[in-house]
Amino acid sequence: MGSPMRIRTKLQGDVAQVRVLMSHPMETGLRKDADGKLVPAHFIELATFTYKGRTVLSTQWGPAVSRNPYLSFKFSGAAKGEKILISWVDNEGDSRTDEAIIE
Amino acid sequence: MHRKRRDFLTLVSVMAAAGLLPAGLARAEAWNKAAFGAKNMDDLLKVLGAGAPQLSTDVVLVAPEIAENGAVVPIEIESKLVDTQSIAILIEKNPNILTAIFEIPSGTLPWLQTRVKMAETCNVYVLVKASGKFFYAAKEIKVTLGGCGG
Repeated sequence: MGSPMRIRTKLQGDVAQVRVLMSHPMETGLRKDADGKLVPAHFIELATFTYKGRTVLSTQWGPAVSRNPYLSFKFSGAAKGEKILISWVDNEGDSRTDEAIIE
Repeated sequence: MHRKRRDFLTLVSVMAAAGLLPAGLARAEAWNKAAFGAKNMDDLLKVLGAGAPQLSTDVVLVAPEIAENGAVVPIEIESKLVDTQSIAILIEKNPNILTAIFEIPSGTLPWLQTRVKMAETCNVYVLVKASGKFFYAAKEIKVTLGGCGG
């Protein structure tokens, strides 16, 4: 669902900084649309970041994470040319996985 | 909507058994519904097993004094505590206080930046679990335009 995540990485020594911009409405369920109807809650609940088979970050989110979630974090033991995988699952059961090469 | 979720979860477990899932999804971690549904701080801390967290200057929260747009408040968090296990963001006057929980495995730095919604001016808390104990820092962020809904 949605468009691909935009993932940027920066390596300093063996520490990779990962910046990701995901595409998701992150609806709280409290907003009303133009017709005055409540827009149902629709948000990413779980996001997992893996590198060479190991989880480098795992997150649980509620709808108060901003629309099109942005996250930046750093992990060690990274090497150029290896892949980071980013997956999410939302409250409607949709999911998405994108990957990027560490550069 | 529920049927779709049930079907998805069945699919996930079948795929996991067949070794077809990327490592991240295969674990099918639970989403802490009770924590994300908590409406007051006492209930939330109880659900998280956080007891009476200690204020700590080793938990650093960098955020604007005034957020122009409550829908997109940039937050930077760093924990200088040894053996930081998890970092949670709590927004006192949001309809549901818990915003996010980040589990930090060993090898990952206890640092992150993200953007959150704030309904109105209030305290934002960062709750860190380190060495099995809970610590926190707080900062009041003023919000000119609330960001949770209508």
